[in-house]
Amino acid sequence: MSGSNLHPGLNLGARHGSAHEGAETVVFGFWIFLMSDLVIFGLVFASYLTVANPLGMAGGPGPADAFDLRSIFVQTMILLTSSLTFGFATLALRHEKGRTVIAGWLGVTLLLGLAFLTLELRDFAHMIEVGAVPQRSGFWSAFWGLVPLHGLHVALGCLWIAVMLAQMALLGLVPVVKTRLLRLGLFWHFLDLIWVAIFSIVYLGGLMP
Amino acid sequence: MTDPIFGRLDLSSLSVWRAFQDPSLSELIGAGAAMAVILGALATLALLTWIRLWGPLWRDWLTSVDHKRIGIMYCALALIMLARGVIEGVLMRTQQAFGLHGGFLTPDHFSELFSTHGTIMIFFVAMPFIAGVINYVMPLQIGARDMAFPVMNQISLGLTATGAALVMISLVLGEFSTGGWANYPPYTGADFQPGPGPDYWIWSIVLAGIGTTLSGINFAVTIYKERAPGMHFLRMPIFCWTVICTSIIMIFALPPLTVAALMLAADRYLDFHFFTNDLGGNMMNYVNLFWLFGHPEVYLLVIPAYGVFSEVISTYSGKRIYGYMSMVYATMSIAVLSFCVWLHHFFTMGQSANINAAFGIASMAIAVPTGVKIYNWLATIFRGRVRMTVPMIYATGFFYLFVIGGLTGVMLANPVISYQVHNTLFLVAHFHNVIIPGVLFGLLAGYHYWFPKAFGFRLHEGWGRAAALLWIVGFSFTFLPLYWLGLQGMPRRSASFGDPSFQPMLWLALFGGMLILAALGSLMLQLWVSIRNRVQLAVPLGDPWNGRSLEWSIPSPPPAYNFALLPQVLDRDDFAEAKASGRAYAEPAVYEDIEMPDNTAIGMIVCVCSTLMGLALVFWIWWLAVLSLGVMVVSLIGRTFRTDLSHVIPAAQIAAEHRAWLARVRAAPAVDRLAETHDRNRGRAMPERPFAAGAAE
Amino acid sequence: MSDPDHRSEARLYLAGFGLALTLTLVPFGLVHWGLMQGKALAITIAVLAVAQIVVHLRFFLHIDLSRQKREDLQLILFTVLLLGIMAFGTLWIMGNLATRM
Repeated sequence: MSGSNLHPGLNLGARHGSAHEGAETVVFGFWIFLMSDLVIFGLVFASYLTVANPLGMAGGPGPADAFDLRSIFVQTMILLTSSLTFGFATLALRHEKGRTVIAGWLGVTLLLGLAFLTLELRDFAHMIEVGAVPQRSGFWSAFWGLVPLHGLHVALGCLWIAVMLAQMALLGLVPVVKTRLLRLGLFWHFLDLIWVAIFSIVYLGGLMP
Repeated sequence: MTDPIFGRLDLSSLSVWRAFQDPSLSELIGAGAAMAVILGALATLALLTWIRLWGPLWRDWLTSVDHKRIGIMYCALALIMLARGVIEGVLMRTQQAFGLHGGFLTPDHFSELFSTHGTIMIFFVAMPFIAGVINYVMPLQIGARDMAFPVMNQISLGLTATGAALVMISLVLGEFSTGGWANYPPYTGADFQPGPGPDYWIWSIVLAGIGTTLSGINFAVTIYKERAPGMHFLRMPIFCWTVICTSIIMIFALPPLTVAALMLAADRYLDFHFFTNDLGGNMMNYVNLFWLFGHPEVYLLVIPAYGVFSEVISTYSGKRIYGYMSMVYATMSIAVLSFCVWLHHFFTMGQSANINAAFGIASMAIAVPTGVKIYNWLATIFRGRVRMTVPMIYATGFFYLFVIGGLTGVMLANPVISYQVHNTLFLVAHFHNVIIPGVLFGLLAGYHYWFPKAFGFRLHEGWGRAAALLWIVGFSFTFLPLYWLGLQGMPRRSASFGDPSFQPMLWLALFGGMLILAALGSLMLQLWVSIRNRVQLAVPLGDPWNGRSLEWSIPSPPPAYNFALLPQVLDRDDFAEAKASGRAYAEPAVYEDIEMPDNTAIGMIVCVCSTLMGLALVFWIWWLAVLSLGVMVVSLIGRTFRTDLSHVIPAAQIAAEHRAWLARVRAAPAVDRLAETHDRNRGRAMPERPFAAGAAE
Repeated sequence: MSDPDHRSEARLYLAGFGLALTLTLVPFGLVHWGLMQGKALAITIAVLAVAQIVVHLRFFLHIDLSRQKREDLQLILFTVLLLGIMAFGTLWIMGNLATRM
C-alpha cells in the first residue's frame, strides 16, 4: 500500500480512480481545518483550566455537585462505539461493499450520535437543576463554553451524516460523495478524540478523590 | 422589553437623528460621516443603474470564482476602507492638535474613532489587501489554474465584506465600540457598554475572521497541491514562501481571536462570566487570548509584504534574490517565533519577572531573522542594474523607516523600558512605524508592480512617484514626533491633554497627517489618470518589467484559465531563465481542454445573510438572526446536492487565443529595461543574458 | 501487505477499539472506586488519555510514521507544537498571575 497513499488517514485506494485522486486535495484541506478547530478546542480547554479552582467557582457549586460519572461513562462508551461503527462504514466504502452496507453502518453511527446527545442534554438539565449554570460563576461559564461546544460539533456531525445518507440515495456513490464520506469520517473520529480529553480533564479530573 | 420586530433598534439609533437632537460639532461630524456613507452608497447604486453595469457586475464579478477577480475585489474593498481609515486618522491628529484642554470631539466620539480606525486598518484594509494580492499573484506564480477551493475562496471574500459592511453600517445605525481595536473587557462588557458598540466589533471580527481562516486553508492547500510540474518548493518565488507562512498564521492564530470574541459575546448576551469583574471571571485571560492572536497577526500582515519586496527588489535590480535559502529559513522562523512572543503586549499585567524576561528575549530574537532579510535585500540591490521605479521608491522608504520601527521594537521588547513607555504615544509611533512602512508600503509597491498584470495597462509613473514620496515624508512627519511625545509621557488615546509642551509636536504630526491625506489623494488621481491614459500605458503582452517569475509569462490581463498549457518549471526564477535561454514564448505542440468551475451566487448569499445576521445580533432582532442563519445553512447544504458545477473550455478556443497572443508578442519590439516606463513599453522585455549565466555569481 | 483485505482491516479497527476500551475503563475505574489519589491519579489519567489519543490516531485516523506523504504529516505535527506553545503558555501565565493576586 506504500506509495498509493495520497493523504494522511485511510485512503480510498487506487481502484477508486478519480475519487481517490480527488481526495488528495480535499482531504488535506479538511485536515488543516480540523487542526484549526483543534486550536479552538485547545484554547477553550486552557481557559477552562485557568478557572478550575475555588476562585473561579466563586462559592458556587463545584464539579462534585453536578457531574454524574455513570452517565459520562455511558456517553463515553456510546461515542467510542460510534467511532468503531463509522470505521466499518469507511471500510465498506473502501472495499466497495455497496450502498446498503455503508448506509447501514452510517445509520447505526447516527443513532449512537443521537443517543449521546440525548444523554448529554439530560446531564445538562440536571446541572441546571442544581444551579451549575454559566451565569453562576466563571468556572461554569468555562464548562458551558467547552462541553456544549463539543456537543454542537456532534450535532453538526449528525446533520452531516443525515445529509450524506440523502446524497447517497439521490446521487449514488459518485466521487464527490465518496470524498465527503472520507472527510466526515475524519470529523467523527476527531470528535471522539476531543471527547477523550473532555472526560479525562473535565469529568475525571473534576471528580478525582 | 425590546420590540419583537425591531429589537433594540429605534429612532435614536440613527446618528443623523442624534445630531438633529444635539447639534454639537462632534455629533455633526458623526452625522456627516453617516450621510457620506448613505450618499456614497446611493450614488454608487445610481451610477451602476445609469451606466447599466448591474448585469456585468453580477455576471463577471460578484458571482465569479476566478481567483484573479476575487483578488481584485479584495483590493478594491481594502482601498475603499483605507480611505475611511486615513480620514479617521487625520481627524484624530486634528483633534489632538487642538486638544489642549478640550478639542472639538467628545471623548466618546474620539474613542469610537480610534476603535474603528484600528479595527478597519487591521481587519479591513491590511488583511483584505493582503488576501487580494495573494489571491491574484500566488496561483499565477506557482503555475496553477485557480485556488484549490475556488468556491470557498468566494465565500471568504463574502465574509470579509460582511465584516467591513458592519463597520460601515455602525456609522449610520447605533455606534461602534469605544474599547479600542483590542476591545478589552470588562470595559467592553455589558456592565460598562450595554449599547450595540462592542457587539458591532464582535460580529464584524468573528465573521471576517472565519473568512480569513478559510482563506488561509485555501492558500496553504493551493501551494501544497496545485503547483505546476517541476515547481518544487525550493523553486518557488519568495513571495509564495511568505504566503505559506502567512497561511500558517491565518490557520492557527485566528482561532484564539474567535474564541476570545465569542466568549466576550457569551458574557454580553448570555450573562456568562468569562471576563467579568465578579463571580470568578478573569479578564486577564481575554488579554492573553487576544494577543495569542494579535501578535502572530502583525506577522501575518508583514510577512507577505516582505514577499512583495523580495519580488520587487529582485525584478528592479535585474538579479536573483540574494540568499534564497536564508530568506526561506528567516521567513519560517519569523512565522514560528511569532507564536512565542505574545506576552510582550502586556508586560505590565503583573506576572513574574521570569515570564517577562522569557518573552522579552523571544521578542528580541525576532530581530535576527528580520535583519537577515534586510541584508539579503541590500545584497540583492548591490551591483544590480537598479531602476528607481515607484515600487523601488517604496522599498527605499521601507528600508530606512522600517529599520527605525524595528529598533524601537527591540527597545520595547525590554520589559523595563516597556514599563516606562507603556500606553504612551511611543507605542503608537512604534507600531505605525512597522505597519505603515512595512505592510502598507509593501502592499502599495505590490499594487503598482502587479497592476499592469491585472488590467493590461501600467499605472501612471509620475503620480505614483508623488504618492510614494508623500507617503514616506508624510509618515515621517506624522509618526516620528510621536516617539518624542511618548517619551515626554503623553498617554495614547487621549482626546485632550493639559500640558502645553505637547503642542508643537502635535502640530508637526498634524502637518504630516495632511501630507498623508495628499498621498491618498495622489493615489486616487493616479488611478484616474491611468485609466484615462490606458491606451498609452497599455502592456497587453504581459511582461512590462522584465519579470522573473511565471506570472509575467502570460498575457495581461491573463485569460480565465491562466496558462494555456501548465508550464514545465526547470529552475528558480523560471521565466527569466526561459527568456535568457530562448525557450520563452514557445508554442505548445498540443492544446488540451480545460475544465473550470462555474460561477455561483453562493458567496453573495453568504455575504448578504451574514451581514443581516450580524446586524440582527447587534440589535437583538432574534427572528432575523435565526432566519438569515437558516437561509445561509440551507443554501450551503443545498449546493452540495448539485454535481454539474463546472464547464469545459475547448482546446481549439485556447489554441486560437494563445497563438494570437504569441504572434503579437513576436511582432512587438522588445523594450530595454531602462525604457520600461516609456509609452513604447507594450509588455515585451528585451531578453538579456542572465546575471548568473557565467561563473560570476 | 500491498493492499490489505477488508477482514484484516476490520480486525485492526476492533483491536483499536479494544485498546481504547481498556484505556477508558482503567481511569474510570480508578476514579469510581477511589483506587488512587492526588497527583499520582492525575498523572495516571493524563498518561492514559494521551495513550488513548495515540490509539485513536493510529487505528481510527490511520496516522503513522512511515507511509504518509511526509509534507502533509509535518504540517499536522506542526499544529501540535503551536497548540502546545499556546495552551501551556496560557496556563503558565494565568497560573502565575493567579498566585500573585
